[in-house]
Amino acid sequence: MARPGGASARTDVSTTAHQPSPAQLARNAYRRRQTVVSVLVAAASTAVVGTLLAVTVTGAPGWERVRQTFLDPQVAWDALPRVLTGLWLNVRLLVCCAIGALLLGLLIAVLRTLRGPVFFPVRALAAGYTYTFRGLPLIIVLYLFAFGVPGLRLQGTPSVLVLGALALILTYGGYLAEVFRAGIESVHPSQLAAARSLGLSYRQAMRHVVLPQAVRRVAPPLLNDVVSLQKDVGLISLAGPIDAVRAAQLASAQTFNYTPYILAGVLFVLLAIPLIAVTDQVTLRAARRQSGG
Amino acid sequence: MGATSAPEVLRCRGLRKEFGGQVVLDGLDLTVAEHQVVALIGASGSGKSTLLRCVNLLEELHDGTIALDGEEISAPGVDPDRVRRRIGMVFQSYNLFPHLNVLDNITLAPRRVHGHSRAEAEQRARELLARVGLAEKADAYPDRLSGGQQQRVAIVRALANSPRLLLLDEVTSALDPELVGEVLTMIRDLKAEGMTMVLATHEMGFARDVADQVCFLDAGRVIESGPPEQVLAAPTHPRTRQFLARIIEAGRLPGRP
Ligand SMILES: Nc1ncnc2c1ncn2[C@@H]1O[C@H](COP(=O)(O)OP(=O)(O)OP(=O)(O)O)[C@@H](O)[C@H]1O
Ligand SMILES: [Mg+2]
Repeated sequence: MARPGGASARTDVSTTAHQPSPAQLARNAYRRRQTVVSVLVAAASTAVVGTLLAVTVTGAPGWERVRQTFLDPQVAWDALPRVLTGLWLNVRLLVCCAIGALLLGLLIAVLRTLRGPVFFPVRALAAGYTYTFRGLPLIIVLYLFAFGVPGLRLQGTPSVLVLGALALILTYGGYLAEVFRAGIESVHPSQLAAARSLGLSYRQAMRHVVLPQAVRRVAPPLLNDVVSLQKDVGLISLAGPIDAVRAAQLASAQTFNYTPYILAGVLFVLLAIPLIAVTDQVTLRAARRQSGG
Repeated sequence: MGATSAPEVLRCRGLRKEFGGQVVLDGLDLTVAEHQVVALIGASGSGKSTLLRCVNLLEELHDGTIALDGEEISAPGVDPDRVRRRIGMVFQSYNLFPHLNVLDNITLAPRRVHGHSRAEAEQRARELLARVGLAEKADAYPDRLSGGQQQRVAIVRALANSPRLLLLDEVTSALDPELVGEVLTMIRDLKAEGMTMVLATHEMGFARDVADQVCFLDAGRVIESGPPEQVLAAPTHPRTRQFLARIIEAGRLPGRP
């Protein structure tokens, strides 16, 4: 049944002079009816499931206590300014760490593709880096950087915030490097041969032919890792800086109420939604390109 | 013979190439004079593609020398990028860059390697495209073109660098029979303009039409070469006879003269 879709797409773009045949009109009317029916069905089933869930949760014996300690609107309102201030730190951290990790990952991936004995040390270092930092739990890296490095008492040691960001960049750089490398290896060697046969140097061929194709192919998994990074940015609170999670912790310690955590969680989800939407969009576009559209 | 006073463009002597112990080129000699078209024929695996890739310095040689316009390009210390600027190569599978449109495919090397301005490079690209009837495809992406159109764009891309020598590796074998003609016409036009070419092909009819010299490769050597009417119609070497007999059997050498 690929034909009706294709036909409707064509009537949309072609000149207005085209008069749809009665058969096409009937098909359009049928499709409209189908759309209305499926929207109604979806709405009804959502209402049923929602009601069931609400009744089950609010009917639970401990619901009153949970509502007071986790969902107190007044506490949420009072904590909002502080949590938002913390969230602004998260946003700035996310932008810096994402850019840093993407650049580091790309660099490491390219270094790992270099051939020839001259580059052996570079290759080995790059490979060692990805093995280490993909295996190391982020928390340990964070503690090492935030508490270990200042312990050296070197001159010009940056703030804990910068050190924490470095820990995030190093950890995520390892993952992103592998994603980039997979992308580079998915570009057929004949593309490199064609570029070199035109006289392009290895660097030019990488820059203008291989990397653009590689990055396009792995854009969806890259963005997925960025979404994951945006959550892990919250872990920096373990090292001290007051981000949204830490602000929520302080607020809930004052009021003996967990609502600020819920508030921070909701804000994190809201922050992630645009990023996730972009990822879905890019994935969809990539899939459409793959299918030869 | 075509051995007039025309200067030599390509001169290969004693080329040897192994792949993991398997000898693919075994003391191969080949000479191509200016404006000459040389067709390489031979069974699958006889080393035609390997020879072309070696000439373009895409493969490392294991022995022998290659000279382009009298300059030894296989010598140590020669910058392969500089050599490749003077040699155009077209592949069986087109190898257009899928993320660039036709115009950008063609102008990439003129702009990045030869330092031409965008306007200059695009103007020349459009001229070349117009000559092969593809002017209106300048902004299309490769996956929107037919195989024959893609291959013609690939040839234009190689020509945009004004190469001294053009290497064509079975440029029609990935094409439907009705698309082969348009590519062959283009190569005939290039010959008329005096382009020096080495082409590997399984199209014996085409080799006979367009080539000044046909070289039969077997086990990594040129075992018979000469004008097409001699090599294709009256081969002397038993291996050549055997190969051509099989080709005729398969109906791939139409209308013998
Ligand atoms: N990169 C490679 N690694 C290993 N072996 C190779 C490689 N390239 C070519 N060969 C081998 O070298 C031999 C010659 O290959 P080549 O592609 O030059 O043959 P050909 O004459 O072009 O054949 P065809 O007519 O099928 O294109 C084959 O046996 C092939 O298996
Ligand atoms: Mg071949």
